[in-house]
Amino acid sequence: MSLAPTNADLAVDASAEAPTPSAGRGRFSINLRQSGIYIAFALIVVLFTFLTGGDLLAPQNISNIIVQNSYILILAIGMILVIIAGHIDLSVGSVVAACGAISGVLMVNHHMAWPLALVITLVFGAVIGAWQGYWVAYFGIPAFIVTLAGMLLFRAITLMILGNQGIGPFPDAVRTLSNGFTDGYFGNIGLGTYLGGADLFSLLIGVIAVAGLIVTQWRSRAGRARYGQAVDPIWLFVTKIAVFTILIMFVVVQLARFRNLPWVLVLLAGLVLGYSLLANRSVFGRQIYAVGGNLQAATLSGVKVKSIIFWIFVNMGVLSALAGIIFAGRLNQAGPTAGNQFELDAIAAAFIGGAAVQGGVGKVVGAITGGLIMGVINNGMSLIGAPSERVMLVKGIVLLAAVAFDVWTKRRAGASR
Amino acid sequence: MSEAILRMRGISKSFPGVKALADVNLEVLRGEIHAICGENGAGKSTLMKVLSGVYPYGDYEGEITFDGEPCRFGGIRDSEHRGIVIIHQELALASNLSIAENIFLGNEQATRGFIDWNKTNAAADVLLRRVGLRENPVTQVLDLGVGKQQLVEIAKALSKEVRLLILDEPTAALNDEDSAHLLDLLRGLRDEGITCVIISHKLNEVLAIADTVTILRDGRTISSTPVSDLTEDKIISGMVGRDLDHRYPPHESTVGEEIFRIEDWTVHSPTQHGRLLVDRANLSLRRGEIVGLAGLMGAGRTELAMSVFGRAYGANISGRIFKDGQEIRLRSVQEAIKHGIAYATEDRKRYGLNLIEDIKRNISAAALGRLSRRGWVDDNEEYRVADGYRTSMNIKAPSVSSITGKLSGGNQQKVVLSKWIFTDPDVLILDEPTRGIDVGAKYEIYTIINSLADQGKAVLVISSELPELLGICDRIYTLSAGRITGEVPRAEATQEGLMTLMTAGQEAGK
Repeated sequence: MSLAPTNADLAVDASAEAPTPSAGRGRFSINLRQSGIYIAFALIVVLFTFLTGGDLLAPQNISNIIVQNSYILILAIGMILVIIAGHIDLSVGSVVAACGAISGVLMVNHHMAWPLALVITLVFGAVIGAWQGYWVAYFGIPAFIVTLAGMLLFRAITLMILGNQGIGPFPDAVRTLSNGFTDGYFGNIGLGTYLGGADLFSLLIGVIAVAGLIVTQWRSRAGRARYGQAVDPIWLFVTKIAVFTILIMFVVVQLARFRNLPWVLVLLAGLVLGYSLLANRSVFGRQIYAVGGNLQAATLSGVKVKSIIFWIFVNMGVLSALAGIIFAGRLNQAGPTAGNQFELDAIAAAFIGGAAVQGGVGKVVGAITGGLIMGVINNGMSLIGAPSERVMLVKGIVLLAAVAFDVWTKRRAGASR
Repeated sequence: MSEAILRMRGISKSFPGVKALADVNLEVLRGEIHAICGENGAGKSTLMKVLSGVYPYGDYEGEITFDGEPCRFGGIRDSEHRGIVIIHQELALASNLSIAENIFLGNEQATRGFIDWNKTNAAADVLLRRVGLRENPVTQVLDLGVGKQQLVEIAKALSKEVRLLILDEPTAALNDEDSAHLLDLLRGLRDEGITCVIISHKLNEVLAIADTVTILRDGRTISSTPVSDLTEDKIISGMVGRDLDHRYPPHESTVGEEIFRIEDWTVHSPTQHGRLLVDRANLSLRRGEIVGLAGLMGAGRTELAMSVFGRAYGANISGRIFKDGQEIRLRSVQEAIKHGIAYATEDRKRYGLNLIEDIKRNISAAALGRLSRRGWVDDNEEYRVADGYRTSMNIKAPSVSSITGKLSGGNQQKVVLSKWIFTDPDVLILDEPTRGIDVGAKYEIYTIINSLADQGKAVLVISSELPELLGICDRIYTLSAGRITGEVPRAEATQEGLMTLMTAGQEAGK
């Protein structure tokens, strides 16, 4: 748990211009289908910032949005890979509950050391994923059916483990991972009277992240240029970097002014980075796109299609287990109804984030953005006091609109062929 | 019998880059059986699609007169309304519905909005008797063999009061007994006054059943002759008779030792139990040699190639494969690639390319291992390799980041070839490498094939275009009904000779 006595009681809106440059970025991008999602995100943030009188971007609220949506975002990372491969997983909500229950039994009832219990729970998630992956990949049952069955099976297992009551409280370490913040190792620093005090450690992490971003982007650009590939003109490159720097530093400063970095944000950042690399740069990731893009062509190109699909489901199981632990830690309880309808949020995040219904298309960052769009809608609408049915209504419309946009751009591309 | 029921005048139809039909004329007399013959790609199926309204009026040039009235069909329903029914080679039955349901699909026998099953089944029974199929009308179609399914299709056509029945390769998938029954049935229908147009590769059948034969070649009508004036040889020379001018780059192969051989290769159908697709085929390839595999549609060419390529198709495969004199086992596509075998599919859009992905990722797809270290792909190297192929293969695209789905057929084919060349194979099996691409791109593909042979690779070219095989191959195998029926060196090969071998053994199973 974070002890840092942080700061800045002034919830000022030094903010509204932050997303706007990101909207401008779309103008230079050729691919509307890919950049549309980021433009939409920026517009939604601007809209709710305006509607909430700036409360949306207040330090504590940014922190809330991240912590409240962390488990959905983790699920969305696994789900986008499943969807790129042309499948679906309806069972993740139940798997979250089952894994939360297992971790509860181990940590709370058996007082097992939390790192060991964590590992066992993740392995349990992997076994569930392997079970579903076997039926989908090797037995050839459509994932829709297998995971629909899984949705019932793993909910049943949860109820068998827990009965009708929750298990808690969870060890401090787990609660810190879900809910807690990094310690203020280096104390506070003043950012002037307007912003107030902020945690130096968090700020340093932010600066390091930005520096890392600049260095890797620059090296990648130089590498591409050396191979004679087309690169963005330098002014565009600098603009993009500047936009990202402003966005990252804005979020980090706001968080530092509140209670430092949520641990779960650190975890998420690591997952997003790792899985983006996996999807774009690894042989495994490339083959996921190949399988989803054209199954027969992938098979005839020597891709081990069945094994790819199997491991995607194993991965989904592990991430569901992780989400299950974090969700349990956040509520400080493993409950029988945990994870209810999480699958729908994760699937919606993936499709809003630009995944194609037929598979073969999608990005990890897109799914995260899709998840954040839903998170911001949830959060923003509750800030302005909208009733929950209206939130549902808006989310439903956004999902439909996102997929309609995808289908429309594809049809347009097809017509021009 | 002398008045024409159907006149098609000056029919022309173009696809992007290809003129499929050029000024075709067809005149079918009332109550005759009219056969249309031609090589694959001669335009037979296109002509029938124009006639049946698959390509609606306005999509082609020329006029159609049926029964003295001009026809402007907007779709299949219009032509069926006039009594023109087409039965495609791939049967269009709903296999989990009953015979009766299939016969009256879209034409349900209803009373006050509800289907009258007694009426349906009784009417179906009458039709089944007419086509000589002794089956219960409630039997599911999937329980029937192909021959009987064909009869169900004909019964369905009869239920629509058919006046002109078009059959596209009706006996291609049938055994001799079923074929004989079908031909008898067609004679019976003729006697009832139903006119038939039949497309067939089986010339002996054509001669046995047709009254008139129209020959198409390269989208043009060559002749329309009463069958009494024809022989098999005359039909063949009409189908293939064209000269080979300068459509093939000159090439002298330097043939080395044997590199690849299959023995007694036998493949069964994965869907139809017990049906032989490839029957004890023997074939050998040598370094630096371009070998052709000629066969008509349905002869088993693709089945042979794909079963060799890591058992990617077929069931109950048996036989032996030798590479460099050593027997090898290829149980998966991965193993085939590892042993230096490459197979470029005949259907690049369905089996060859990831159309939503860009050029470079398609080229690297079969050999990502060559571009990666410990499981991580080197993007820059991938770009360099792909860009190299873009230049050397002359792939016309702004960059290797262009989406393959937007390329022309010829350029897509070059991407497929690049993908396989990048796996560094010793043996390339190219299935219809020039299908659906224009003449200029064909020449480029031939040049690529020649240069592969010059590098000491063995190339097996599967093609249904005989001039192409004669133009580029050193040696040609012929395949007929799953059997290798001949092996002819280039110097001795003629189109007529090959065509005879390609149709050999179809009548009796030799």
